[in-house]
Amino acid sequence: MTDLTRLTAVETREAITSGQASAVEVAQAHLDRIAAVDDRVHAFLHVDAEGALAQAKRVDAGEVTGPLAGVPLALKDVMTMAGVPTTCGSRILEGWRPPYDATVTARLKAAGVVILGKTNMDEFAMGSSTEHSAYGPTHNPWDLDRIPGGSGGGSSAALASYQAPLAIGTDTGGSIRQPASVTGTVGVKPTYGAVSRYGLVAFSSSLDQAGPCARTVLDAALLHEVIAGHDPCDSTSIPAPVPPVVEAARNASVEGLRVGVVKELQGDGYEPGVTARFEEAVALLQSQGAIVSEVSCPHFGYALPAYYLIAPSEASSNLARFDGVRYGLRVGDDGDRSLEEVMALTRARGFGAEVKRRIILGTYALSSGYYDAYYGQAQKVRTLISRDFQAAWSRVDVLVAPTCPTVAFPLGAKLEDPLAMYKQDICSIPANLYGGPAASFPAGLSEGLPVGFQVMAPTLRDDLLYRVGGALEKVLPPAIPPLSWES
Amino acid sequence: MYEKDLQEFEPVIGLETHVELGTASKMFCGCATEFGAEPNTHTCPVCLGLPGALPVVNEKAIESTIRIGLALHCDIATWCRFARKNYFYPDMPKNFQTSQYDEPLCTDGYLDVDVEGSVVRVPIERVHLEEDTGKTLHVGGSTGRIHGATHSLVDYNRAGIPLVEIVTKPVVGTGQQAAAVAKAYVTELRDVLRGLDVSDIRMEQGSMRCDVNTSLNRPGEPWGTRTETKNVNSLRSVERAVRSEVERQAVLLRSGGRITQETRHFHEDSGTTSPGRSKEEATDYRYFPEPDLVPIAPDPDWVGALKAVLPEAPSVRRKQLLAQLGLSDLDAQAMVNAGVLDLVLATTEAGAPAAEARNWWLGSLAQAANTQGVEASELAITPAQVARVVELVAAGDLTAGLAKQVVDGVLAGEGSPDEVIGSRGLAVVKDEGALTEAVEAALAADPEAAEKVRGGKVQAVGALVGRVMKQTRGQADAAAVRALLLEKLGVSDS
Amino acid sequence: MPDITRDEVAHLARLARLALDDAELDRLAGELEVILGAVAQIAEVTDAADVPPTTHAVPLENVTRPDVIVPSLPRDTVLAAAPAAEDGRFRVPQILTDES
Repeated sequence: MTDLTRLTAVETREAITSGQASAVEVAQAHLDRIAAVDDRVHAFLHVDAEGALAQAKRVDAGEVTGPLAGVPLALKDVMTMAGVPTTCGSRILEGWRPPYDATVTARLKAAGVVILGKTNMDEFAMGSSTEHSAYGPTHNPWDLDRIPGGSGGGSSAALASYQAPLAIGTDTGGSIRQPASVTGTVGVKPTYGAVSRYGLVAFSSSLDQAGPCARTVLDAALLHEVIAGHDPCDSTSIPAPVPPVVEAARNASVEGLRVGVVKELQGDGYEPGVTARFEEAVALLQSQGAIVSEVSCPHFGYALPAYYLIAPSEASSNLARFDGVRYGLRVGDDGDRSLEEVMALTRARGFGAEVKRRIILGTYALSSGYYDAYYGQAQKVRTLISRDFQAAWSRVDVLVAPTCPTVAFPLGAKLEDPLAMYKQDICSIPANLYGGPAASFPAGLSEGLPVGFQVMAPTLRDDLLYRVGGALEKVLPPAIPPLSWES
Repeated sequence: MYEKDLQEFEPVIGLETHVELGTASKMFCGCATEFGAEPNTHTCPVCLGLPGALPVVNEKAIESTIRIGLALHCDIATWCRFARKNYFYPDMPKNFQTSQYDEPLCTDGYLDVDVEGSVVRVPIERVHLEEDTGKTLHVGGSTGRIHGATHSLVDYNRAGIPLVEIVTKPVVGTGQQAAAVAKAYVTELRDVLRGLDVSDIRMEQGSMRCDVNTSLNRPGEPWGTRTETKNVNSLRSVERAVRSEVERQAVLLRSGGRITQETRHFHEDSGTTSPGRSKEEATDYRYFPEPDLVPIAPDPDWVGALKAVLPEAPSVRRKQLLAQLGLSDLDAQAMVNAGVLDLVLATTEAGAPAAEARNWWLGSLAQAANTQGVEASELAITPAQVARVVELVAAGDLTAGLAKQVVDGVLAGEGSPDEVIGSRGLAVVKDEGALTEAVEAALAADPEAAEKVRGGKVQAVGALVGRVMKQTRGQADAAAVRALLLEKLGVSDS
Repeated sequence: MPDITRDEVAHLARLARLALDDAELDRLAGELEVILGAVAQIAEVTDAADVPPTTHAVPLENVTRPDVIVPSLPRDTVLAAAPAAEDGRFRVPQILTDES
């Protein structure tokens, strides 16, 4: 009997439609897998076995069909799901059960996708290692002593440890792509506005974007198609058709595609193994007919500082609602303390160190007298970075770079050095500031650990990512994690 | 006091008026805006600020705001944005208010108001759109005040209702008329907004609220430090708040004291202001463009179309109607003073003769308003309903006495005039047979009176009329009954 | 490089409603100074150039909805999430500051 947890989403659906396995059996196999390994990986914060099996039964009863009906999925805990705990990795939301589904959640349910549970993340998606979760870190299945990336480390680790074939991530500065990079999986950040943010608990509203995570390019494209599309509940949702991502993943041709290597995203600070795998991947694309050139994006170097002004500023406002009045944690309400004291205590205890750091930074950057010097200037950097992208599109169809300068680093290595941690996102942030789509695809291993290959494309040309990713996958199949810790 | 103060000092006033728009749904979500619902029954993820929820702008609110701007002769922005105003308060679910900051929808207008016969132009700085807050109930202290309360209870039904803020530029040079100008401005603004039908404007329900800025300076000196008086929630209070603040500041300035720039609260009962509790921290709202919303860029053609169908300004319409109806200036002034001028005009527009409309509103309806302690415009009867009653009397379907009863019924919330006539059984008896029967019965019951009438004591017929009216439960026309009785008795009424 | 004092961080913490102790204030003052020092480099490119700010990646305008009522949440659901509720309302401790 095949191990149902090793199948891709496409294979899983085939197994169900061919009668080889029922959706309930698929769901149960994954629930069993979670029970067997997640005490060591810690990918999930909440497992919704009952809901998953109920949805699988609906699929088996023929109530829902579609390419992903009956396929299990791990949902990042930043996305609301009615009646199921949503914590965003924070104490301040402990026990909160949202009364509504995020648009992404609703679309997954309508497509028959079986949501296994909610995955671990850096608190409110602020981090690059998932160590900033209030519920403890997630471990990288390639090496349990290393980080699985962040903020969506729970989702990437669930994929890499075969606890789910599909996952949802969110990407504000790289939180889909960097975890994909360090776990050898596929992670796609669609064009900003392509996937509804309704029900995505906001970190930085102008940058947050949900997207698909999977072990293969085609699986990611199928999931992309389910969750993308215009949503009237999100004012920033783009009223345009979803680009032909599935077709692009299937055809996967880079013949004649002009590929630009970003000059500014290489060199010093990039691990030799990362650079080597990146260059090999570029060569593989070239061997398939891609036209490769180097492109300079002079302002990319300013993306990281601009991001660390914009994201904390917006976060300081978005996170103001967590005050212990309407939902979530309340601390210190002893009958004597004032509301102001109770709010301040609740927020001090409910938020972790990184969240507090960014709230203070954002409050500073928005303060009168500093707005023009910080938030206002950072928004100008966005313009400059977009201009870099626009200039590039006159010469090439896509831009490529490493997803991240390093492979997975050991847990704890950068916890005490915020700036070093922030630098994990140096390659991924430009696409967030520009708003165009970007993805990380597996590009082999360096010293036994995965390296990610990043592709960036013009806004609304998400299909180009899948063409490049698919082409790479054909000649460079994803490495299989040894999971030696299992035995 | 006030008059003397303003001989010595020059006042500068400014008004910030908040008006809840009369949209069906809230500013950023589909929850109903209806007033008076059970607490927290009109809330959803968006207006509760639940994690993940996002706002979407109500198009009717944009339209209404633009129409207000046009009516106030403002420039309408071709491109503008919402902004977040960040501060913590429990009646604000997100701990920021979605408002407009440096890019309001409407700017730079004016409103002409009539003060004691002369026109004063009040300059308008801006009109912008934002969301209202929830309502907080303070428990355990005295009289529901925040001070001394043990805890508070929050209702978010009002949170997210579209709120328009209309801000004047500083109004200078009004001298002794400052308080009257303030009141006249708010009154005229209310009438303009009513004419636009963008809000039902119930000051007592808080759907229109005023903040009054006041400062004093000696002639030739720069403007003084201003205070902002909040909680001014009736037309009368606007005037009283200015007077009270002028008097308070004058005393202070005269004794060499300094005015503190602060927020003060107006107390309806005493007519005075008291300082708000000072904030622990200087306010820093950390405004920035709302990233969850996209810019609003009103199409100039659309704005032009809205402008073309704007109703006539109340002041213009008022003058035209007064002239048409032949009402005197004295009449007009009496109606203005009683706050019924527009009601009279609306009643005439609904078909009633001017004299009848005037009599109703200046008579029993003004009295009813006085008894209830509300403005006539807040009575539970509409000008159209008054016109209907007038129409029924003219047609002989109601007598004057019955008409009064019908109006009482409408005021008591029993429904429209026709519904009250039906439910109370107040129609005039026109059935000749029934009336003749009642007349015969009266003559039979009181032969003594009948004899007196026949003997020439015509005034004795009154007793018989009374009997008939009693038997028909007042639904007969007394004059007709009298005539019928005299005819039966063979007496002519000379 | 901006010089951030503990008092400044304390002011920010009050604005942000965070009850931080002295040790946290000191640590954050140091971190904030380092981070602000690192981000200050953006002035190199934005000061000179006449660059408009970008607030949204994909520019949209006039996204609105019709003025139509949709059902609200049941009150029991709304209040079930509250740390404290009373008489159909959210209950909060005594409020010291006035409404802004």
